[in-house]
Amino acid sequence: MIPLLSVKQFFNDLRRQKLRSLMTMFGIFWGACSIVLLFAFGKGITEAQLKSMRGMGENIAIFWPGITAKDFQGLPKGRRVRPTEEDIVLIKQKARSINRISPEYQRWSINFRYGKQSTIRQISGIWPEFGPMRNVTPRMGSRFINDKDITDRRRVIFIGNLLAEDLFGEVGPVGKEVLLNGTPFMVVGVMKTKKQDSSYSGRDSRKGFIPATTFQTMYSNRHLNCFVAQCKPTSSMEITRKEIYEILGAKYRFDPTDREALSVWDTTRSFAFLKNFFLAFNMFLVGIGVATLITGAIGVTNIMNVVLEERTKEIGIKMALGAHKSFILWQFVFETLLITGVGGALGFAFAWTIVALVPMFNLEEYIGVPSVDMWSGITVTIVLGIVGLGAGVFPARRAANLQPVQALKLF
Amino acid sequence: MIKMKGVTKVYTMGEVTFSALKGIDLDIRTGEYVGIVGPSGSGKSTLMNIIGCLDIPTDGDFHLDGRPVGTLSSNDLADIRNKKIGFVFQAFNLLPYATAFENVEVPLLFAGMKGKQRRARVIEVLLRVGLADKIGNKPTEMSGGEMQRVAIARALANEPEIILADEPTGNLDSKSGAEIVRIFESLREAGKTILIITHDVNIAKGTERIIRLKDGLIESNGDML
Ligand SMILES: Nc1ncnc2c1ncn2[C@@H]1O[C@H](COP(=O)(O)OP(=O)(O)O)[C@@H](O)[C@H]1O
Ligand SMILES: [Mg+2]
Repeated sequence: MIPLLSVKQFFNDLRRQKLRSLMTMFGIFWGACSIVLLFAFGKGITEAQLKSMRGMGENIAIFWPGITAKDFQGLPKGRRVRPTEEDIVLIKQKARSINRISPEYQRWSINFRYGKQSTIRQISGIWPEFGPMRNVTPRMGSRFINDKDITDRRRVIFIGNLLAEDLFGEVGPVGKEVLLNGTPFMVVGVMKTKKQDSSYSGRDSRKGFIPATTFQTMYSNRHLNCFVAQCKPTSSMEITRKEIYEILGAKYRFDPTDREALSVWDTTRSFAFLKNFFLAFNMFLVGIGVATLITGAIGVTNIMNVVLEERTKEIGIKMALGAHKSFILWQFVFETLLITGVGGALGFAFAWTIVALVPMFNLEEYIGVPSVDMWSGITVTIVLGIVGLGAGVFPARRAANLQPVQALKLF
Repeated sequence: MIKMKGVTKVYTMGEVTFSALKGIDLDIRTGEYVGIVGPSGSGKSTLMNIIGCLDIPTDGDFHLDGRPVGTLSSNDLADIRNKKIGFVFQAFNLLPYATAFENVEVPLLFAGMKGKQRRARVIEVLLRVGLADKIGNKPTEMSGGEMQRVAIARALANEPEIILADEPTGNLDSKSGAEIVRIFESLREAGKTILIITHDVNIAKGTERIIRLKDGLIESNGDML
């Protein structure tokens, strides 16, 4: 007999055993929902933290002038080491672990003026590489400082998004002329808004960036305030640092192992820490997820077992009345699939709704934007479904393999 | 209709075995109304379950309507239980969560009977046992006599040739029992082959033949009460 012929029978049973079906469904619903939420929020928080960490740039270190702390080749310690733009050119040629590098000249208390608006802000003189390295990305329809700006020593400026708001308000800044202590500069770009939770000289969003060569011409600085280097993803900042110390040590005659010769902020260290932290955090979430799954599985199994007595008798009765074995089995398979399918889908939908509602509460700064990981929901539903099949279908199969009278008498 | 030769049934419980039937020879013709009696534990239910294809004998020959039951597949046996035999249990064995109507409908669903015809048949058999007014009741909302009548209606649903009843009045008071007895009388008049296990003299009196079991063997066959 084709089981479909008895679809009515199947739905009758399901309808009559509402409580059991609902409880099982709720178990699956709950498991799927909580695990999807768990991973959605975990992912959101992790992404948010890593993103703001990356706001300053990935795999970068900032180097400031330093004072030697070791005697070297008859020279005393306590000498100042102050790199220049030429040194950066040299490092760029020689250091093989370096991906990008840029000098940075800085000047504070610059009067920015556009029309009637004016504000006191800071500027940096940099190379084009500074942008991608430090995650200073131009908005649509604008650009960062480029090579031609450097060689031609152009009076162009790239400004942070908040500085742009302060000066220009609603007006589009690109192509406009802004006065820096009275000197006209043309705005070529505005920074795309970004999340940045650490910095070494103020947020990029309120700064102006001009070509290093222009800066040098205007203010005739010989020494850099600092320089920023990014190591290749395949290398490490330790290696880059060693290379830089060797190159500069040879030139300025200091011991390459003298760490004090330059003052360094290696952001990859805190980044590595954060990465490990979130790895642990996510493993913790996986742990909770597995525990939830086990709890759900136990729940589903229990519900199935509670009704096993009744159901074995039911199977016996149906077989006595002429049900084929295949009908019994299909009924249980369909039942389990339907219950887990609907429960899983509802749990998933519910979790998805919550995740979709979260942005309304403006918690982005703290918990990021949770995003639903479809696979976590599907995995949970499948696992609980298999548990349900194990708990429901295998006993049913055992019962269906008995003689009807044995199934009737079993309990 | 029912032919048995040397049928035995041995129950095995771990290392212990027990012979519930020790060699039964039996011949029941179409339309006979047979009572099966005997002390408790003599093997009456075991025999009845084998005849009803609810259980299989350990050994021996069993032919039902000319077919050797031992060679049939489990689906064949299911179809026999569905169409050829109506079984009435002492403990009713109704689906507890289903109404009278739905209980009676079950064997019709397994037989693949289509909607309209099926509903008409359910009503018809429930009328025949005098339960037209309890169609929507669940077992918990019925008396023992009513439950047993639903069970009889269910056994009749597919118009089986054989009705098997294992102490159908065993769980009932005498008044309800009397109603059940009347139903079996009417079935007998309709020409069904009926086997009833009973301690009830009222039932036994009405049968054409009494088979007496003792310790797994037929002690006497054919005597009247
Ligand atoms: N499933 C079983 N397992 C073991 N022994 C059984 C089983 N069913 C019945 N018996 C035993 O077989 C004997 C006959 O049982 P049964 O046919 O139910 O007797 P009756 O119906 O005549 O009272 C009894 O002694 C009973 O204990
Ligand atoms: Mg008995």
